[in-house]
Amino acid sequence: MIEIDISGEERELLKNLIAQLRELVLSTSSEGPLDPSIRRLFPAAHAENQELEREYQKTMRDQLLEKRLSNLDRVEQSLFDKELEPEALSAWITIINDLRLVLGTHLDVSEEEELSLADPNSPDHQQRAIYHYLSHLLGELVDVASI
Amino acid sequence: MSEDRARHSIYAQIESAPSVTDEQEFDSLTDEDTPWVVLVWNDPINLMSYVVFVLQKLFGYSEEKATELMLDVHHKGRAVVSNGTRDEAEVDVSKLHEYGLWATMQKDF
Repeated sequence: MIEIDISGEERELLKNLIAQLRELVLSTSSEGPLDPSIRRLFPAAHAENQELEREYQKTMRDQLLEKRLSNLDRVEQSLFDKELEPEALSAWITIINDLRLVLGTHLDVSEEEELSLADPNSPDHQQRAIYHYLSHLLGELVDVASI
Repeated sequence: MSEDRARHSIYAQIESAPSVTDEQEFDSLTDEDTPWVVLVWNDPINLMSYVVFVLQKLFGYSEEKATELMLDVHHKGRAVVSNGTRDEAEVDVSKLHEYGLWATMQKDF
């Protein structure tokens, strides 16, 4: 069992973000999604062969969606638990990473410049703060899971 | 360096395959038998520690091996993380996609 020592506010924030992620994931179809963050969650396996890519999406996409939804369920069920089973911890790790992928894509995170918290008046300041928080939390969870 | 090692194991696989004795047998070697490689590409979002964690978890690599592959991805832009038949490669790619890594597959040349 892994002890999760985070505040009620943090858990409420995660609850809110996870609900949004579920909505986003459920809004996808295999008909070529437009939101770039969706493309980041369901990337192409065959970058240069459209026919093979269609086959891959046909066989794997639903499974991938199922797994995301079951991980979302697992995190939601354990969101207010003080301790996590290893399987729940694993679901937390993947879902928090999914949240980072979606936020990071929206914020257009790039390798070259470290995402700054800089200007508290900028319109995406809050998203940036959340992204940093999730990165920190994920780092801690991965450390615990790797021991 | 790790790409070389992955390639080496592919060649070993080819060498240990049953030898082809006549043309008919050669013809029966379908696309399925061609080795595929699974690549992970660099992306600016995934944490280095997370990539190491995923490679260890999915492929059972040691921390050293997983770290070596992650650094290849980070510095060279991509790394071969596994290889096999097309079906095996697709399963590996889908697992990596489940964990949010940017993975693709291609035939090994």
